[in-house]
Amino acid sequence: MRAFTQHQGLVAPMDRSNVDTDMIIPKQFLKSIKRTGFGPNLFDELRYLDEGKPDQDSSQRPLNPDFVLNQPRYKGASVLLARSNFGCGSSREHAPWALDDYGFRVIIAPSFADIFYNNCFKNGLLPIVLEEKVVDKLFDEAEVLEGYQLTVDLEAKTVITPSGESFSFDVDDFRRHCLLNGLDDIGVTLEDAELIKSYEDQRRKTAPWLFGASQ
Amino acid sequence: MAGKTLYDKLWDDHLVKQREDGSALIYIDRQLLHEVTSPQAFEGLRLANRKPWRIDANLATPDHNVPTTDRAKGIEGIVDPVSRIQVETLGKNCDEFGILEFKIMDKRQGIVHVIGPEQGATLPGMTIVCGDSHTSTHGAFGCLAHGIGTSEVEHVLATQCLVQQKMKNMLVKVDGKLGKGVTAKDVVLAIIGKIGTAGGTGHAIEFGGEVLQNMSMEGRMTVCNMAIEAGARVGMVAVDGTTIDYVKGRPFSPTGENWDAAVKYWRTLHSDLDAVFDKVVELDGSEIKPQVSWGTSPEMVADVTGNVPDPAKEEDPIKREGIERALKYMGLQANQAITDIKLDRVFIGSCTNSRIEDLREAAVVVKGRKVADSLKQAMVVPGSGLVKAQAEEEGLDRIFLEAGLEWRDPGCSMCLAMNADKLGQGEHCASTSNRNFEGRQGFGGRTHLVSPAMAAAAAIAGHFVDVRELLN
Ligand code: SF4
Repeated sequence: MRAFTQHQGLVAPMDRSNVDTDMIIPKQFLKSIKRTGFGPNLFDELRYLDEGKPDQDSSQRPLNPDFVLNQPRYKGASVLLARSNFGCGSSREHAPWALDDYGFRVIIAPSFADIFYNNCFKNGLLPIVLEEKVVDKLFDEAEVLEGYQLTVDLEAKTVITPSGESFSFDVDDFRRHCLLNGLDDIGVTLEDAELIKSYEDQRRKTAPWLFGASQ
Repeated sequence: MAGKTLYDKLWDDHLVKQREDGSALIYIDRQLLHEVTSPQAFEGLRLANRKPWRIDANLATPDHNVPTTDRAKGIEGIVDPVSRIQVETLGKNCDEFGILEFKIMDKRQGIVHVIGPEQGATLPGMTIVCGDSHTSTHGAFGCLAHGIGTSEVEHVLATQCLVQQKMKNMLVKVDGKLGKGVTAKDVVLAIIGKIGTAGGTGHAIEFGGEVLQNMSMEGRMTVCNMAIEAGARVGMVAVDGTTIDYVKGRPFSPTGENWDAAVKYWRTLHSDLDAVFDKVVELDGSEIKPQVSWGTSPEMVADVTGNVPDPAKEEDPIKREGIERALKYMGLQANQAITDIKLDRVFIGSCTNSRIEDLREAAVVVKGRKVADSLKQAMVVPGSGLVKAQAEEEGLDRIFLEAGLEWRDPGCSMCLAMNADKLGQGEHCASTSNRNFEGRQGFGGRTHLVSPAMAAAAAIAGHFVDVRELLN
């Protein structure tokens, strides 16, 4: 996995709560058996005026001029500023894959849906929860100041604004450790293979009905 | 010390390792796989040269992409080549790794969350995962069932464990007695309407109270299915006699001595009387009316006797904007009566409501009646090949066909429209599924979530009606 330590980038504010995973990446794009290439279809139904189809050249499609990411000033944004309950809905990891493929590295919101939050960390994407009033303030600043950038320091657990104001955030130690070091989760778990085996042996004795599919 | 909740018990029984940083390794007893969220996981295993940890813990079936007509052709019947590749890929992966798969032509094929319980592959006390957020369904059996992402599918395949943080405990208690024509679906929609789509975030919800105790297993599955729409990854109901009766005699269920030992353990799977919950929500079941969602989030629901809300009366600006946006997308007027919403299509199916009881509930309503001429389509999609066979044995297919509904083959179908079944732009659909997000059932489609009985009644009337009037 790609490591994440520090990131500075342009902020795009998406002023809408309950952004669901169907919005982030609509179902017709879930048919791919790959992990990459979802970027052009990120927020497909909001971003384009026509209906998106898989395997289509999106660069030729009519853009929705009202959608925030289509505004020239947010081109190249890598920090997404969002509202509450971002990523609600399905478990599709295609959602963080699409955000990542588009170029986002950080998503800041007052709250996230559980599964989405978790899926981000598996893909080197950092979801940051900040208090609602802080998020409001960042929205105001990002909308007013063109070229507004934020600096995120995962080691120090801080978000720093261009004026030098700093906000700290919480992230659990295990996820932070994996992200900072770009660790493969599976590899970390397999270090405990012996422990898993002994748990399993014990279970075979106490709950034998859970082993061996009888049909 | 306070007693344990059901969630605490399931957690403790599956804890392999508690790490110092607060995360934990939880052992997974069963993984269900389908074609959409597994290909990248199998690919990951191959790239890292890893093998599945325990093959017999896995069970697979294609469901999201399968067509609901012309199934005699098997995989060849999938017209969309991209969908076909996905279904074929699942087949190849299962063959390569030796994982049991109910393939498209197998009578046992169906929506993962229908076939798990049907086969007894879902047993009380298990930890269950699937790359699908509606895995919470299995919690109806007193299981700890999580929806997971594809990286976690790979993680569980490779290690049989999931890295988890312990969640908080929440109890949703529904007491009283449900009125006639009020179903499990109405109960869960009412709960979501009350607590909101983020109401359960970070919590494992246990559903309890008199209403749940009196509910069938299929009803409990409907409720737990939509825990995720209330923001909770996990929904659960305590094990009781109803659970044990349901599980008995199913293909994967234990027998003989193992059965006795299992039942003894299962009987302990309920929250202790002195267990403490972080959050408790109570509802009076006798006050719940048939529900209809009017907006683009499952919390946007109203009683069938009620009206679409008026954004002008909402004080919170973010909420007001949400209502305005939803009304615009849905093509509805503020204060419009729910029963004035006209429909274009009706969909009875999905992992929420495609089991035999759901189909019976709908059949009672349409029996001897005809679907309104104004509808473009009304269809019934059973949750599995076995549900279909059972319904046909009971003659439900005849009732639906005579009333003018289509009788399809099993799969997810119009729940998310990955196959050919979908809504056209601007069309209103009464749907027994679980999500009414924008575009969920087709680009520009407008979904109204309801129970099977309410969907059936809407099919007859061509607009929403209070099903209780048809049942008298
Ligand atoms: S029926 Fe719908 S919600 Fe259920 S698994 Fe299929 S697509 Fe998901």
